[in-house]
Amino acid sequence: MAQIFHRSSNSLAKVSIVAALLALGGTVWAAYEINAGTFITDVDVARDQPVPFSHKHHVGDDGIDCRYCHTSVETSSFAGLPPTETCMSCHSQIWANAELLEPVRASFRTGKSLEWTRVHDLPDFVYFNHSIHVNKGIGCSTCHGRIDRMPLTYKVNTLYMQWCVECHRNPARYVRPRDQVFNIAYEYPSNQLELGARLVHEYKIQSLTDCVTCHR
Amino acid sequence: MPPVVKRDEAVYWRSLEELANTDEFRTFVEDEFPNRTPDWNDPASRRRFLRVMGASVALAGASACTKQPKETIVPYVRQPEELIPGKPLFYATAMSVAGIATGVLVESHLGRPTKIEGNPEHPASLGATDAAMQASVLTLYDPDRSQNVTYDGNVNVWPGFVNALTTARDEAAHKKGAGFRILTGTVTSPTLAKQINDFLTAFPQAKWHQYDPCGRHSARAGAISAFGSPLNTIYRFDRADVIVSLDADFLCSTVPGNLRYTRDYSARRRAAAENSTVAPPRLYITENAPSVTGSMADHHFRLPAAGVAGFAAELARGGSNTVFKDLDAHRGAGIVIAGEHQAPQVHAIAHAINQMLGNTGKTVIYTDPIEANPVDEIASIGELVQDMRNGAVETLLIFGGNPVYDAPADLNFLDALKKVKLRAHLGLYSNETAAWCHWHVPEAHYLESWSDARAYNGTAGIVQPLIMPLYGGKSAHEMMNILLDQADQTAHETVRAYWETQHKGADFDDFWQISLHDGVVAGTEFPEKIPPTAKMPVASAPASAASGLEIVFRPDPSVGDGAMSNNAWLQEMPKPQNKMTWDNAVWISSKSADRYGVTTGDMVEIEVGGRRVEGPIWIMAGQADESLTVHFGYGRTRAGSVANGVGFDAYALRTTEALWQNTGASITRKSHGYKFATTQHTQTMEERDPFRAATFAEFHKNPQFARPEEKRVSNDTTLFPQWPYNQHKWGMSIDLNSCTGCHACTIACQAENNISVVGKEEVAKGRHMNWLRVDRYFQGPPEDPEIYFQPVPCMHCENALCELVCPVAATVHSAEGLNEMVYNRCVGTRYCSNNCPYKVRRFNFFLYADWDTQSLFGVRNPDVSVRSRGVMEKCSYCVQRINGAKIEAEKQDRPVKDGEIVTACQQACPAEAIVFGDLNDPNSRVAKLKRQQRDYGLLEELNTRPRTTYLARLNNPNPDLEKG
Repeated sequence: MAQIFHRSSNSLAKVSIVAALLALGGTVWAAYEINAGTFITDVDVARDQPVPFSHKHHVGDDGIDCRYCHTSVETSSFAGLPPTETCMSCHSQIWANAELLEPVRASFRTGKSLEWTRVHDLPDFVYFNHSIHVNKGIGCSTCHGRIDRMPLTYKVNTLYMQWCVECHRNPARYVRPRDQVFNIAYEYPSNQLELGARLVHEYKIQSLTDCVTCHR
Repeated sequence: MPPVVKRDEAVYWRSLEELANTDEFRTFVEDEFPNRTPDWNDPASRRRFLRVMGASVALAGASACTKQPKETIVPYVRQPEELIPGKPLFYATAMSVAGIATGVLVESHLGRPTKIEGNPEHPASLGATDAAMQASVLTLYDPDRSQNVTYDGNVNVWPGFVNALTTARDEAAHKKGAGFRILTGTVTSPTLAKQINDFLTAFPQAKWHQYDPCGRHSARAGAISAFGSPLNTIYRFDRADVIVSLDADFLCSTVPGNLRYTRDYSARRRAAAENSTVAPPRLYITENAPSVTGSMADHHFRLPAAGVAGFAAELARGGSNTVFKDLDAHRGAGIVIAGEHQAPQVHAIAHAINQMLGNTGKTVIYTDPIEANPVDEIASIGELVQDMRNGAVETLLIFGGNPVYDAPADLNFLDALKKVKLRAHLGLYSNETAAWCHWHVPEAHYLESWSDARAYNGTAGIVQPLIMPLYGGKSAHEMMNILLDQADQTAHETVRAYWETQHKGADFDDFWQISLHDGVVAGTEFPEKIPPTAKMPVASAPASAASGLEIVFRPDPSVGDGAMSNNAWLQEMPKPQNKMTWDNAVWISSKSADRYGVTTGDMVEIEVGGRRVEGPIWIMAGQADESLTVHFGYGRTRAGSVANGVGFDAYALRTTEALWQNTGASITRKSHGYKFATTQHTQTMEERDPFRAATFAEFHKNPQFARPEEKRVSNDTTLFPQWPYNQHKWGMSIDLNSCTGCHACTIACQAENNISVVGKEEVAKGRHMNWLRVDRYFQGPPEDPEIYFQPVPCMHCENALCELVCPVAATVHSAEGLNEMVYNRCVGTRYCSNNCPYKVRRFNFFLYADWDTQSLFGVRNPDVSVRSRGVMEKCSYCVQRINGAKIEAEKQDRPVKDGEIVTACQQACPAEAIVFGDLNDPNSRVAKLKRQQRDYGLLEELNTRPRTTYLARLNNPNPDLEKG
């Protein structure tokens, strides 16, 4: 009986198997890359805001403490966004006529709130609490990066669960002394693991990886 | 006295069908997810199915890559000083039912009230709430509430109404107010009473009528007949050893002060169970239908409601009556309490017996009436109707009521109303009455308005708003201000001005702030009054029982008199006695059902005094023979989209002469096959001894009865290594000896955890979503069973069977022993529910949560996820509260204190039956309770090691009656 397939079919079959595997792998890899890429995560992407507020200017140049505006960061789950009144406490005196600040003045005049676009937006089934992190020695810049160098605010971390859990599994790598929490330029020392382990013990930090720690 | 049925050996059953073990019952319980016919919205062919599947698979890949939608943060312009975003604030106010207030604390998230808690400072609450209070926050956000001032059904404006009313007032002024009438419910508000009285002083010919359909008509009339004045009675159950209830459901929300009474009575029962030197209280009850209070009774006498008067008269004669002898042996420590719905004569007898036995001043306290103007409300509305019919009424203002729906049927209120020239209605809903009024003004909900009200013992509380009126609602105070020619004055100013006259002095501001903060005005509790000698009513001939079938009218166990009918939480709350939702029914005993040839699900026509209504039959175990019970609050036509057309209207049978019961009723079978939606078979655990009860005597003889040797499993019966719970070990103890089955916990859980309502059809398929169900068990003969209640939340098993079978690890164990449910992992296989021996898991078969109605978003707790379709959910031990308390403690660098974490069910419970805490702390309340000998776990022989355990129920029967 004559052969149905030519000899070259063998090679073709082998190549197509490899090609199929590669295509599959490639798809998975591409999906992973897209998911981790800025298109999805918005890492390093500055969002449009009603006023081009610069943390670089207010924190970096003027040296205003984080808590001047984010008043509830030590007491509440929500760090707090300043009411228009807080902006106006300075801007009724300085840059009082700047065109850029007209939305702020309009808000104060009309009593209508400014609507800021969320930069750090967790999914609705995640319950994050700022106060406990700050109280246990997790600094602002650990998650939010060098905000004092950001003319427009963007996020520097994905806020993916994988990223959260990295610290929750081993907090010693990221914890710093409580008095350094609001030091935006804090640099981790070379003996961080040693210092961290000591602080974890001192601050009674638990490694909480139960689902209900964040999801409920 | 009727014979007492001897307690049967412990056979517990949940329904007559289970007792009879019908085929229908077997089919239902043997299937984990009954009625699982495919719920296609439209007929689907195989080809269509494949097409949809193909598209779904293709799209599923794409949907994984969606970006989060843009979200905004909207800060304040000027942030209020005390407000911290992310932290709720609590304000004290008061909720009134039939005019009588109970203090509440309302949780507010950024100005949005989300949850009602009891006010621990308020004497009527002491921190407890009932189901209606819990559900009232849903009414606030009800999209069906009336939203506009209307004239002749067309949208109008408030100034238009003010003009119309001012004109009517000025016209009436020429006649000193003749023809001007105001109709209110029972008023205890001192401010409103002063406003109305001021108006009546200026317009002496005007009249004020009061009517509440389920008010305290009999209690007032009874006090007048005994003492000559409508004295208010307060009972001290904390001091009572023997209680005789003459059809009084004093542990239920129809009785003022019921939360306090439940607290006091349960505390006595608990003390006796924990300490053998404390004498347990004994409760006798006579009633025609099983009630919540009846389930706590040590002896119940099943009598038609008409027989209660005879029972009372026999008790008053004393002598060899066993119950009387028991009362006599506890002089000064007994209570005879007459039911709100019993005839005045029964109340008078109760007063006389209490006085005769020296209970007055000890367990029974009298004060001045708490009503600002106690009148015979039936006569009051009767007079109004008479005058309307005679054309003597030109202007009628109706504040808050719904007389077209709920006035006694023989008055023909609607016909008379049509003769009034100007009719105005103030109400939360544009209801049956509003439809026949020229003007309708939306009423402000109690969470939106300023007012004041008195509690069961006279304590006044200020009602303060949590939120601006959502729909521009107005209060009765604002209506009165128009009449008093001070339309500019706000309700706030009016209420404040009244209290300024009551508390004169420079420190008024402090007094006002403290009163607002505490929710009670200090020192306003009425002083005790020594009543005159009670007149024993002349013994009338015992009502002849031969006058045919009796019909008894009662407010509904869940929706009450109908004012809260449109509340879906209450509609879906299983009624304690028969676990029915979304319906009312004609309750009948099985013997009478046989006699009249009807059965459960038959539609019958009830005829009494020429009035007819059709309703479905429900055979109720424990119902007295020859006695029907029907409930108000249903058959609404203009209640809103939830309640319209649900159930039948029992008010249509009610007359001024027979407010609560009537004789000579007849029933005619019309059709068969009415489908009820009950939860009494769903999640059943069948004959596995879930409920355990004994008498105090048996308990003292055998303290181990609740956890016999053969039910115990040693802790090391496991192949897995023991899990160390180093930090906390959360657990719960539920005292079945205290639990009255009031269901406040169920609704509190619903409010706290954003639990969806599913509707009647879904409940009938066994898909109701309440995380905390209250199982009801019968024990003994079906004609006169004991009724027991058992709240069943998730057991949080240490060896949880659900966790083993989840293919995606969506339900896992936490380090503190919580059985976690992770919604975002759940793919909806339902294996966990299949494997759960306690049946505490609930599945979202459809998108039950309302994601469209904007106004309902307001009621949601922002600390709990709103679940979507295809996700399993269950009790989490209120993990949001656990985490919250832990975070606060950690921040202050201290351990979590015992009692700091209170679950929603625990907080609501008036009986303090539920205790939650850390089992690793040997001194915690819950750890101590679990060391009691009454402690047992459900199905613990399965070695699930449940963290929720129960304390067995103890009864205190009278040995003299047991022998008989």
